[in-house]
Amino acid sequence: MSAQGAAHIKAICKAAGNDPARLMDIAIAVQKQLGAVSDTAIDLIATHLKIPRVDVDSLVTFYAFFSKTPKGRVIIRLCNDVVDQMNGAAEVAAALETELGIRFGETSPDGAISLEYAPCIGLSDQAPAALINDVPVTHLDSGKARHLAQLLKREGTQARLVKTFGDGNNAHDLIRSMVVNNIRETGPVILAPYTSGSGLKKALALSPAEVIRDIKTSRLRGRGGAGFPTGMKWDFTRQAGGDQRFIICNADEGEPGTFKDRVLMTECPDLIFEGMTIAGYAVGAAEGIFYLRAEYAYLEKFLTAILTQRRKAGQLGQTICGKAGFHFDIRLQMGAGAYVCGEETALISSCEGRRGDPKNRPPFPAQKGYKGCPTSVNNAETLCCVARILECGPGWFAAMGTKGSAGTKLLSISGDCARPGVYEVPFGVKVSDLLKKVGADHTAAIQVGGPSGRMIGPKEFNRIICYDDLSTGGSFILFNKGRNVVDIARQFMDFFVEESCGYCTPCRVGNVLLRNKLVEILAGHGALEDLAYLEELGRTTKLASRCGLGQTSPNPVLSTLENFRPAYEALFKKSRGHEPVLANFDLQAALSQGSILAGRASSIFTPVNGSQP
Amino acid sequence: MSETFDFTLDGATVTAQSGETIMQAADRAGIYIPRLCAHKELHPFGACRICTVLVNGRPQSSCTQPAAPGIVVENDTEALRNVRKSLVEMLFVEGNHYCMFCEKSGLCELQALGYRFGLLAPRYPYQFPKREMDASHPDIFVDRNRCVQCARCVRASRELDHKTVFEFSGRGAHKAIAVNADARLADTDVNGTDRAIDVCPVGCLLRKRYGFRTPIGQRKYDHQPIGSDIEAGHPPAAVNG
Repeated sequence: MSAQGAAHIKAICKAAGNDPARLMDIAIAVQKQLGAVSDTAIDLIATHLKIPRVDVDSLVTFYAFFSKTPKGRVIIRLCNDVVDQMNGAAEVAAALETELGIRFGETSPDGAISLEYAPCIGLSDQAPAALINDVPVTHLDSGKARHLAQLLKREGTQARLVKTFGDGNNAHDLIRSMVVNNIRETGPVILAPYTSGSGLKKALALSPAEVIRDIKTSRLRGRGGAGFPTGMKWDFTRQAGGDQRFIICNADEGEPGTFKDRVLMTECPDLIFEGMTIAGYAVGAAEGIFYLRAEYAYLEKFLTAILTQRRKAGQLGQTICGKAGFHFDIRLQMGAGAYVCGEETALISSCEGRRGDPKNRPPFPAQKGYKGCPTSVNNAETLCCVARILECGPGWFAAMGTKGSAGTKLLSISGDCARPGVYEVPFGVKVSDLLKKVGADHTAAIQVGGPSGRMIGPKEFNRIICYDDLSTGGSFILFNKGRNVVDIARQFMDFFVEESCGYCTPCRVGNVLLRNKLVEILAGHGALEDLAYLEELGRTTKLASRCGLGQTSPNPVLSTLENFRPAYEALFKKSRGHEPVLANFDLQAALSQGSILAGRASSIFTPVNGSQP
Repeated sequence: MSETFDFTLDGATVTAQSGETIMQAADRAGIYIPRLCAHKELHPFGACRICTVLVNGRPQSSCTQPAAPGIVVENDTEALRNVRKSLVEMLFVEGNHYCMFCEKSGLCELQALGYRFGLLAPRYPYQFPKREMDASHPDIFVDRNRCVQCARCVRASRELDHKTVFEFSGRGAHKAIAVNADARLADTDVNGTDRAIDVCPVGCLLRKRYGFRTPIGQRKYDHQPIGSDIEAGHPPAAVNG
């Protein structure tokens, strides 16, 4: 490494106070500045932070956005999730490879451009999409891809990728992105007009205990998918011992097909930050962490500016809104590409500057979270509801939705439909009504709640969206007739294999085995017994896995087996009864090597008149 | 004097002391819960999941789950035996385990679990991964082909040896044991006498020149199934004997 590179690393570490807990920020800065976090860089970082080098190595090799070997100055990350594949990601990929003369996973010899795949980047409603360094490009096709490749070859990092800006704040000076919001339906709670500070002022007029009481009365439950009552979580956090507590906002929406947080951060950042501030007041925290996934780095400057603005307005910092003794501030924590960090304990590990391994529970974060202190981790959408509940009252909120599911829910709709995008609907809406709303006329299957959710068929389209019936974090991926559900399940398993942290046996191994069996079946080598194998393996993986990832990752397989069994059965060759071998076993292929070695054909298993004995 | 309370384990009443995990209380009661990553001298890790029990119907790893008054724990059931056997099979197919010429045979806890569960052949296909070996150190041999990712060496190096010789790198199927050096174990401050080497349950970390001091056939698990010491009322001891 050059002396200049070493000086950069020293400066980066120093700027982070040589604090090992800031290792994520340090690694991100080094990757950005030097194009890699090389072994030499790892040595230097370890020396500056006075920690073992293997701890730095462990973090760097965990996150997808870090690389030990130099990447191109421009990194093209093409999203290859299911919806992108349905919309022609393969043609886009082929065009990029041809035009750039490199394959995916490679860097051009001049070090200018790298080509990579990325799992869902939160743009399923405008797929196929890619990130070029931090800049999202959407609605790609092979023509646009060729044009883009030429432009990047010619102008490198100076290329002007965005010609027209998206709607709303996407056109903001600090975002300037071609991403569009695709807000298709607004509702009374989240995507409604809001005056910054109105909920916060009302909260500060109450005692923290009264704020928690109001959140309990509103019957607000977590919007990330698990649906834990928010008021109860805050109560646990507040009552846990110690003098330091933390609020973490989980905006790490990595679930393929989910993009509602992208829209929230673009259009309602004040609402989220206000919800965090109210949460901080309620549980007695002085610090909040906003975890932003690396895929949304294009929103970082904008969100930072909003935080600055709120500090200036007295809505963050010391003595907030004049309330004596209430000090609270928020810092942004960037992620670096790891789906598992959406799991709250993994998210905490990541905020602490470590690998995104989930932690053992108990203790729960409310007892022992960030840096061992009581921590409430809340979804961005949940925190938006919080601010509105304080503004308009718990009764107003509780009156919406259904008995067990108060309020509204943001849905991310993608796949085969006329109007993909974000919908705010009251809990209780029926799936079939939703399909009409989004312009989906030939739906044969819906992946509800992303890959970790369930694939449902028409017989479940009369179910209603709420915690007690069809519970979801909000992602609906729609599939028309003619889509291959087994292959979709295989793609989802590819995703989980890639994203498993590998900590526990069932998730690390079980998902690989599930995926491999699907590949075998899709290649025509399956047999009917394989379905029982898949079911048992899926159940074992779910039961024994340590965190939510492995406890749900077999769902694409299990739910398609339950609801779309004929699609699997159609892939098996029919056995003709009298054959001595399984229908999926290619006898002649198995014998071919032996025949070559023996220099003759098998005298027993030689086809006679085209048939086998 | 700590408080005690009772809970139910497979229908039997077990008395636990406050602060104990389900596994610790079961051990004292002479009830064996199969395990691999758990080690008496180390902080629980909860990675292998072989000690999974049902607590009031919910699956939990008994090495990490605190015992609590009145809980109903299922351990030795047909369903859980099958889950545990599956997990052992997963570990066998994930790595490259050849008991017949492994010098840990008879002292290997993975092999011993296989025998205890009556494992003849895994139901899953072998993955035959390519894994790195490291013979750089004069006294220690690292054969990652046999690593089961239990993190015992990671924990023992920190907790017992007060070093940081081992840690995991990579994630998912690419996760592997890394050493605190550019590449070679010889470049770390590990010592042939470190506890981190003793605690390896399989033949991944081996002391050189010790392999066959006790002949195969006369080793611990050649005589008795794994878990027998607990069932006989003796607490688990380190295995390298």
